Amino acid sequence: MLCRAACSASRELVPALGTLGSRRKHTLPDLPYDYGALEPHLSGQIMQLHHSKHHAAYVNNLNATEEKYQEALAKGDVTTQVALQPALKFNGGGHINHSIFWTNLSPNGGGEPKGELLEAIKRDFGSFATFKEKLTTVSAGVQGSGWGWLGFNKEQGRLQIAACSNQDPLQGTTGLIPLLGIDVWEHAYYLQYKNVRPDYLKAIWNIINWQNVTERYMACKK
Amino acid sequence: MQLHHSKHHAAYVNNLNATEEKYQEALAKGDVTTQVALQPALKFNGGGHINHSIFWTNLSPNGGGEPKGELLEAIKRDFGSFATFKEKLTTVSAGVQGSGWGWLGFNKEQGRLQIAACSNQDPLQGTTGLIPLLGIDVWEHAYYLQYKNVRPDYLKAIWNIINWQNVTERYMACKK
Repeated sequence: MLCRAACSASRELVPALGTLGSRRKHTLPDLPYDYGALEPHLSGQIMQLHHSKHHAAYVNNLNATEEKYQEALAKGDVTTQVALQPALKFNGGGHINHSIFWTNLSPNGGGEPKGELLEAIKRDFGSFATFKEKLTTVSAGVQGSGWGWLGFNKEQGRLQIAACSNQDPLQGTTGLIPLLGIDVWEHAYYLQYKNVRPDYLKAIWNIINWQNVTERYMACKK
Repeated sequence: MQLHHSKHHAAYVNNLNATEEKYQEALAKGDVTTQVALQPALKFNGGGHINHSIFWTNLSPNGGGEPKGELLEAIKRDFGSFATFKEKLTTVSAGVQGSGWGWLGFNKEQGRLQIAACSNQDPLQGTTGLIPLLGIDVWEHAYYLQYKNVRPDYLKAIWNIINWQNVTERYMACKK
């Protein structure tokens, strides 16, 4: 299994250019752990569907959309270029968001962060408990499909919590650098937690990979 | 069905009542800021209550097949054939990004049937003016336990339980 090294979200998903200027396709990243590794907090069934079906579909549809976009661009068909934007945001955002999410979770996760990240959380939210409560509340309050995020506001040099709809990517739509995302689409929890999103949100704190979140934070501050 | 009705729809009802209570208080105090701040909750829970109330009547264990009479004629006139209409509503419902609904609605201004998609619990009439006749819930909670990620399988199955009598009643009521 690949272990994903943390790097800024803006660099993660750029396919490399080949010698002819053609781009390589996006690919589904491997999970850094087995599907069942996050139990009992997140079931293996959910993880398998979520990764191999939902995320895989975003990757495939992103590639298809980018191909159509290249054709439209080559023809100077700006109408089509614009018409493809929702599919680009949806599938591109879906790929970005889930790629971050798998690294934000770990079978050895949970507890609290340490060091600089913990200090920043205390500074910007008062305490870890207050931060945890706020991110949980924001995630619970998403109407419909979306994500709760801990992000970094580069302009103001501070941590910030935000919610996004559907697969809108945090950085692309708000400018905040994504550090920790919580998927609250029903597919992320329904098979195990049914309609009780708050139970899922309670459980997920047991598997947060603070090492990864810290790496992302440290990368922002450069 | 049990979770959808007794948990999801029930939550919309409870939260709609709570929101309306807060709205009345704000209105009484002349607190327009709060009135406006309550709008999303009103649309979400109000829409959720409206949509699901229609949905339960759109389905029936004796459902399926095709409509008859005036509704079928209108479908042929506005979509070409029943098959084309069915394909279109299925495609629109499959294509909803995130949570939402596919709808067959009636456009009163133009006197014709129209297919539309709405996001989240946005109510069809409140947001587009179309009169709702038949709705298909494509929130994941509507199908995930049975169909998992395969929304198209759910969309195939649901045509077996469409209550055309109810859809026809709604259509005839529009045309008055």
